[in-house]
Amino acid sequence: MKFNDAISGALLLALAIAILVTVQSFPNIPGQNVGPGAFPGLLAFLLAGCAIALIVRGLKERVSGERMNGRWMHPGEWLRSPSHLRSFVVTAGCLLFYVLASGTLGFLICGFLVLCAMMWTLNTRPQLFVPIAIVTTLIIHTIFYKGLRVPLPWGVLQPLAW
Amino acid sequence: MTTAILWQALSLVFDPYVLLVIFCSAIFGLFVGCIPGLTATMATALLVPITFFMPPVPAVAAIVTATAMAIFSGDIPGALLRIPGTPASAAYTDEAYAMTLKGQAEVALGAGLVFSAIGGLFGTAVMIAFSPSLAEIALKFSSFEYFWLVVLGLAGAVFIGNASILKASISLLLGLLIACIGLENPAGHPRFTFGLNELMSGVELIPMMVGMFAVSELLRFVTNLDPPARIATEKIGNIFAGMWGLIVKYPWPLLRGSVMGTIIGIQPGSGADMAAWMSYAMSKKFSKEPEKFGTGHIEGIVEAGAANNSALAGAWIPAIVFGIPGDSITAIAIGVLYLKNMNPGPTIFVNNPQNIYAIFIVFILANIIMVPLGWLTVRIATKILRVPRNILMPIILLFCIVGSFAINNSVWGVVLILFFGLAAFLLEENGFPVAPAILGVVLGTMMEENFITSMIKSDGNPALFFTRPIAMWLAAGTIIILFWPIATWVWAKFRAAPAKP
Repeated sequence: MKFNDAISGALLLALAIAILVTVQSFPNIPGQNVGPGAFPGLLAFLLAGCAIALIVRGLKERVSGERMNGRWMHPGEWLRSPSHLRSFVVTAGCLLFYVLASGTLGFLICGFLVLCAMMWTLNTRPQLFVPIAIVTTLIIHTIFYKGLRVPLPWGVLQPLAW
Repeated sequence: MTTAILWQALSLVFDPYVLLVIFCSAIFGLFVGCIPGLTATMATALLVPITFFMPPVPAVAAIVTATAMAIFSGDIPGALLRIPGTPASAAYTDEAYAMTLKGQAEVALGAGLVFSAIGGLFGTAVMIAFSPSLAEIALKFSSFEYFWLVVLGLAGAVFIGNASILKASISLLLGLLIACIGLENPAGHPRFTFGLNELMSGVELIPMMVGMFAVSELLRFVTNLDPPARIATEKIGNIFAGMWGLIVKYPWPLLRGSVMGTIIGIQPGSGADMAAWMSYAMSKKFSKEPEKFGTGHIEGIVEAGAANNSALAGAWIPAIVFGIPGDSITAIAIGVLYLKNMNPGPTIFVNNPQNIYAIFIVFILANIIMVPLGWLTVRIATKILRVPRNILMPIILLFCIVGSFAINNSVWGVVLILFFGLAAFLLEENGFPVAPAILGVVLGTMMEENFITSMIKSDGNPALFFTRPIAMWLAAGTIIILFWPIATWVWAKFRAAPAKP
């Protein structure tokens, strides 16, 4: 997903302004001329400068049509290929799923499902990926839970905990 | 005194546990480097959650060994598939592939291996020779000098890369701003936490790096439409045959590559890939037979192969002596050192010299065991290249999840890898390099502290930044680097102006 530089620049400019506004509310330290807002404020000021330069460049490119045929946005090749788009969504979705579900479902179930979903979207055969997912989840669980003593959640499998 | 420290360092390294760690990370590095799409930086990012559970010396040993191996083994898919395994091999991938097509795969790979090891040892020698004396100078530095040093390092990150300077600067500023998040600033005021307790202590470095260098690579892999590459040859002969002849024939390219690589490595912000590109170009320029370059000629591989591994060692010099990373790999390593309370900087030479010497020994050891292990990897390379990536990549994703969870035993780490994975993916798609951002995050706190301390010391008078003797020179150097591109641009305009009507 490519954007014209002017769009990236506008977003960055908005970010810089938001930071500059936030920094105003930071307290000053009595007797000192530099408070907690000084450094981020300076950075945001520089960022705003760079963002404006980027906007100018993007607008120039749009007029000249030099990059991306002067369009505002250029969806990458993969966005037009349903299987690649699916893989992208599944990859990000797996992480989100783990964040939301690992507490209740536990690591073993979530890990298994993440592996299955990923291998499915990358076109591995089910008779292959199901056993691989089971074995890998158990190996990773053993390494981290037993070996490195990371308290991976058991979730609903708590009664079976070993 | 020194021999006692040396003994201590030797016993730290030649400990069965540490040797096992070195061996395993060597295998890991060789494997990761060999698989296209898994970079040396990614190898480091994946290792870090594991090293989190180790004492300092094996933790650093794992990173040093794995990266040295990955940089070499990136040559293998370059020669056999015409896909560089790591960006550091990209400079001479076409050359190596052309040699494979001519039936000389073993020469290309042999040169990659032998000259990588020699370059790596050269860089290590320079590091051993110069870092202690540099550290002695660095002990005299005050906050003014450190401020300039950090700025110099960051300027290097922006101006030396091959991406757009404007976009690299933005990436750097974003990194510095991320470093501002949390309570840990000179005033102790919570900044940009959005009311989240998780952000009070700032953004954790390890999940962020796993996100930026591993998850974003995975996203790039699943959205890659290129058809799988074909292995060009099954037959690889004895890779050591004729290597001595090459050393005798090309002593100057070898030396030049090693020196160049070390220097580029020391320069903050530019790492092994930059060293390989510049050395390859240099080799062509000074060669007696430049017309042969690109047709399967070994000379450029000798020079650039030595350069990328020496750069790796070179990058550790500023990292250890000043705590300023030379590239994204050392940036990750510095993050690990901080977590281990082994804060890099000149005082480490005074307080924990045995640890530093242990790191030196690990470097030597890694470059030596690279030769037999690399030979083995080449032997089974065609099999490694057939490892199905549609099974490997999902496993790596699960590993990223567990690794980032393990840092604080909280899913917040997984939230971070998701956020930074998507952010890095989007930034790179739009031509923003990620390396300056990571340098910004690592150096942000140090830069702010030195800036604020200096401002307080000087009562807000910025003149002191320029009048202290060493600070003055560092300031001059930084300003030259900062304004060099602008000056050349103005000069070019000035020269071009009369041509216009």
